[in-house]
Amino acid sequence: MSIFRLGLVRGLIGGLIGWAFGFALVVGVRLALGLTPQWRPMAPGLAAYEPAVVVAGIFFAIGFMLGAGTMTDWLKWARGIPTPFHHGPRIPGTPEWARYFSVDYSHKVIGVQYGVTGIFLLGVGGILAMIFRLQLAQPELNFVAHDVFNTMISAHGMIMIGSILLGVGAMSNYLVPLMIGASDMAFPRLNAFAYWINLPGAVLLITAMFIGGWNTGWTGYPPLSARAPLGVQYFFLGVFFIGLSSILGSLNIIVTTLRMRAPGMTLFRMPIFVWAAFATAIIQLTATQLIGLSFLMVLVQRILGMGFFDPRGPVWFEVDKWVGGGNPLLFQHLFWFYSHPAVYIFVLPGLGIISELLPVFARKPLFGYKWIAMSSMAIALVGFLVWAHHMFVSGMNNYLRVPFMFSTLLVAVPTGVKFFSWLGTLWGGRIEFKTPLLFSLSAISVFLIGGLTGPPLATVTTDLNLTDTYYVVGHFHATMFGGFVFPFFAALYYWYPKATGRMYSERLGQLHFALMTPAFWVMSLGQVYVGMHGMRRRVATYEEALGIGTGQLLITIAGFVIFISVLIMLYNLAVYARRAPKAAANPWRSRGLEWQIPSPVPEVSFATTPFVVGEPYDYGLPGSRYVQMAPLPAMTGGD
Amino acid sequence: MAALTETHHESYAWKSQNNRLGMWLFFISESFLFGGLLVSRFFLWGGTRPDLPQLVPLIITVVLLLSSFYMNRAEVAIAHDDRRTFLRSLLITALLGTIFFLGVLFVEWGFSFNEQGKLVLGNHIHPTDGVYGAVLYGMTGMHALHVLSGVILILILWNLGRKGHFSAKEHFGVEATAIYWHYVDLVWVVFYPALYLIGTPVAHGH
Repeated sequence: MSIFRLGLVRGLIGGLIGWAFGFALVVGVRLALGLTPQWRPMAPGLAAYEPAVVVAGIFFAIGFMLGAGTMTDWLKWARGIPTPFHHGPRIPGTPEWARYFSVDYSHKVIGVQYGVTGIFLLGVGGILAMIFRLQLAQPELNFVAHDVFNTMISAHGMIMIGSILLGVGAMSNYLVPLMIGASDMAFPRLNAFAYWINLPGAVLLITAMFIGGWNTGWTGYPPLSARAPLGVQYFFLGVFFIGLSSILGSLNIIVTTLRMRAPGMTLFRMPIFVWAAFATAIIQLTATQLIGLSFLMVLVQRILGMGFFDPRGPVWFEVDKWVGGGNPLLFQHLFWFYSHPAVYIFVLPGLGIISELLPVFARKPLFGYKWIAMSSMAIALVGFLVWAHHMFVSGMNNYLRVPFMFSTLLVAVPTGVKFFSWLGTLWGGRIEFKTPLLFSLSAISVFLIGGLTGPPLATVTTDLNLTDTYYVVGHFHATMFGGFVFPFFAALYYWYPKATGRMYSERLGQLHFALMTPAFWVMSLGQVYVGMHGMRRRVATYEEALGIGTGQLLITIAGFVIFISVLIMLYNLAVYARRAPKAAANPWRSRGLEWQIPSPVPEVSFATTPFVVGEPYDYGLPGSRYVQMAPLPAMTGGD
Repeated sequence: MAALTETHHESYAWKSQNNRLGMWLFFISESFLFGGLLVSRFFLWGGTRPDLPQLVPLIITVVLLLSSFYMNRAEVAIAHDDRRTFLRSLLITALLGTIFFLGVLFVEWGFSFNEQGKLVLGNHIHPTDGVYGAVLYGMTGMHALHVLSGVILILILWNLGRKGHFSAKEHFGVEATAIYWHYVDLVWVVFYPALYLIGTPVAHGH
């Protein structure tokens, strides 16, 4: 099989052709109109070819999607050619391994594609973090040039967010159809499109580092981002395409959840992870538009001079009749309207994983199932009403502070429900301390650190002192690790035998846990500590007089321990487990639908329609059942 | 692999029901985009608006509203297997949509070629005219992009309909495009007053 038949290779070739086409198009149009090929920049310091580079970036994505073949069926439909859907590879005869590098409509393939891409980006972001943690290990180091440092922290932030979104996509794409007994997602082609659009997004995001970088942090606030180097444009475009993936993927999850459930599976018999994925999808579907819009507005401000966020106006541009009036605060409102709920996009699936795993390993019913399900929905809802707590020091109207403070503190209520349910589930259980459970427990402890450091940031008086310090960094990383990274690793270990049919090394898994959990406590509490001692965010170095050198060194060491522990996991899953013994069909004795079918899951997941006949988490209750795989006996009249 | 069985979820009606839900979710999502633009307009313009000529926007608004009527007519026609009316109404809709699109581009924005053959913008307002230009071009541009994609969809439908696709029972593609068209129309019904009617007019150069 030639590598030129792989969707990934074709996509990259198509992308490069698209890029060249887009660049030539813009320059060509200018030449045809008798203009100079380069621009008069809209702001001082912007690159002369910036508009052409931006259009080329857009055509890169289009070329990539066409080349990879994600739109082939839609283009056929538009020409009236029938495109019947069938299980198995999209192009018959594709070898099994090649399906993972090509466009494939099976949600199981797409789920793995999401997961592997997510872990790849996690590695890229992690390496960046390791490099700039070296720079911060001691006061006044000059290991990394300061503008490179700025690019690195900005790229670390957004690449990690991309990685988390892909990880969330991996879990929801792979698990939701299996958990609800569906043959696939409701829209398999859209599902493939939603995955593949991440790839040009990721490529642009990484390219951004090499075409000048950008110094705005992951938030990209104007006016700084309106003057930043060229890299910021590919950062915007990359986020835009990854956001498009979020929107289309979440649409698919919602329709699948509402329409494809197995017979007997009422909403309140769905696995708790499906509830979490559903709540997540609601946020992704709606809020994501706003970050796309806010980034698009800065993008056009830079290349077309549209002064959304420019109070002064481009005064070097002589044709203006109306000048200025822009307001950078608008950007912050639009940006945080997504980027705060985005945090719940990152953590809700992870919290769902914790709730999903605890009953299996405690062999007890999940404590307060309905409350947990509703708490996910409540977090999603309240999450829309809290965005301006990121703006307490932004100069927005002061009277907005207190309402946003209260709505933010309100988030603690549904989150607290989850904590009580986890404790209630573990209480008195016969707990089996396997790797997935251990990671769930670390997730709970780490998320508790993240949760408890939250209220001082939500409270206006304390936030005014803590904002823009490493305290925020510590809080944020604790919520991300507790809400996503640890549960994601738990999920990887838990469903690995499902996806591959092999069992990883429990010993290496526990080693990973034993290294990563304490290291993360040190790192996160260390960040909180140096923040409270005056370490500012996003600075490339600090003075010895702050007295935080030891703390910073500990954070760096802990960071490296985490990095090494993740390498152990990758060895465990990618190398060790390949020659490991076959896993038992249901190694965790789970009641979930996905464990009632063979591992790895066959092409058609459910040979017969499963029937849901009971509550999902009634572990240990005598006589209780969740699913019946064989058809129910036919109903006879007059019963 | 060949003997793979299809699932019970295969009927056209069942699939259309999925598609319909997906479509409405897409509209909800899009509403946040247009809502964000609308919020930006009120945040940046407040109680003012640029003092612009009113006639062209009014005419193209009428054209767009009229097109929705023909789109509906097309959908009703195919539901009654009246292919002639279906195709004719689609063409009229596409034509009216194109008039709207060109009206925004060449009259409202005022693109034209000057004596040297250079593409220039008309004289009354430019994208670089502070927030007035930015918001006006941003909102009309985002909306015009949707109109353009709607016209393309309608032309695809027309081409498929000409080849004998769609029937009284199976025409979800028509239904979806029709609702999309009405949705884009509805967005303009909100955008038009926000841009041209509400607020105190502010003249050139304050």
